[in-house]
Amino acid sequence: MTLTFLIYKAILVVVVFIITLLVAMYSTYAERKVAAFLQDRIGPNRAGPFGILQPLADGVKMFMKEELIPGTSNKALFIIGPSIAMLTACMTGAVIPWGPSLTIGGETYSLQITDINIGILYLFGVVSLGVYGIMIGGWASNNKYSLLGAIRASSQMISYEVAMGISIIALVMTTGTLSLSEIVQQQHGWHWNILVQPLGFFIFLICAFAETNRAPFDLPECETELVGGYHTEYSSMKLGFYLFAEYINMFISSAVISTFYFGGYNMPFIDRFVHDPNWLAILGVVFMFAKIAFFIFVFMWVRWTLPRFRYDQLMNLGWKILIPLSLLNLLITGVVMMRHEIMNLF
Amino acid sequence: MITTYLFYFLSFIAIMFALMVVLSKNPVHSVLYLVLTFFTIAGHYVLLNAQFLAAVHIIVYAGAIMVLFLFVIMLLNLNKETEPQKSTWLKASAAIASGLLLVVLVGSLKGAETIVPTNTFNPNIGLIEKLGKTLFGEFLLPFEVASILLLVAMVGAVMLGKRSIK
Repeated sequence: MTLTFLIYKAILVVVVFIITLLVAMYSTYAERKVAAFLQDRIGPNRAGPFGILQPLADGVKMFMKEELIPGTSNKALFIIGPSIAMLTACMTGAVIPWGPSLTIGGETYSLQITDINIGILYLFGVVSLGVYGIMIGGWASNNKYSLLGAIRASSQMISYEVAMGISIIALVMTTGTLSLSEIVQQQHGWHWNILVQPLGFFIFLICAFAETNRAPFDLPECETELVGGYHTEYSSMKLGFYLFAEYINMFISSAVISTFYFGGYNMPFIDRFVHDPNWLAILGVVFMFAKIAFFIFVFMWVRWTLPRFRYDQLMNLGWKILIPLSLLNLLITGVVMMRHEIMNLF
Repeated sequence: MITTYLFYFLSFIAIMFALMVVLSKNPVHSVLYLVLTFFTIAGHYVLLNAQFLAAVHIIVYAGAIMVLFLFVIMLLNLNKETEPQKSTWLKASAAIASGLLLVVLVGSLKGAETIVPTNTFNPNIGLIEKLGKTLFGEFLLPFEVASILLLVAMVGAVMLGKRSIK
């Protein structure tokens, strides 16, 4: 625990935080551009070249709007709601390995804020806490549409957490570790987990859509039924926090998907061309962010392609299709792993 | 040294939040204070180097069970008008009974500080690898029995939740 170590970690925390916010900011821009592309429009192009300053304009607008707190609401919880949504969204970045270690002057600097040996459980725990932001906000608004939105959100998130957890257990069985940095190191070269766990990946992807409340699972904010969903009563930057938290969750989900199933910062055959470990580390970060960008695009692609589910369809998919499928995946994984012992029985 | 201070700090806020669970008038506030109490208890687990237990404690209690509690309480929409009125006798007897329980607890803990632990504390006991080997080796049978118990409870819940079979 030297002082340089502490300073380095503090700087890394701030950098990850800033990058998270920046990516979330430009995800809003990307979302509008992707929507425009898929609908054969141009999209935002007034603020700056290609509309590149649009997120700034939106942010300023959000800050400048009048702040309304409904008179019948529970004021403390009304403010705590969006704060928790934002807090839990930002907490998950701490365990993700953004790149291999850098070596400067004989000292190694890990590009992961903290490598705890229960990294996956930490992620899962923080994700399961994310529901409180929505529930508290929806209830504190004292509005029936908000409450309905909040209840939809929480039941949806609890339902999909089960399938997500079981698909992660299958992944943990094959990797044999809960530490994210070890999972990435095992996927060196082309040994990506997607090749080992294809079914688990699809289950995880679907559950990630549901956990982030993104279309086609965005029933908590279904405009045609619930006005605005859990954030009906919110205005100004509190609304901004909710919307922003969704984009941060999307970014983190993409990072987790790339880490778990797509090799994180690894790229096949790259160490044949680049030999300096520091350059490899920098390229690793670039690959990591390229993969993240791709998955963010997938999130948007799906949102602007698929219509919204009906609520009973959502629950049927979660409980009657995804959970049995993930259990089947668990069983297959177990049988394949123990195949020698099973063969010896006969 | 830091762990001692952290222990006292965590214990203090754990008791504070636990008191707030009982004292707050609004049931939704009570549930949220209970969630905070679980966090402080998870902090105690981390101090004991039982990270797995801490994470699972958060996932299971704060992440799932308390969400369901919150769910039910929000739907019931409890408030002053629907609160059942209890008679003064009932309140007084409850206060006396729980006060006696407190006396018993304090009395039983009075001599606890003189007890010396016979086996030394193994700091690796809570790490996940060690825990897994212990659970699936030494304590395999109790572990399996506990899982059957959970399965039975699950089947029972499904049966109760089902519409009556004709």
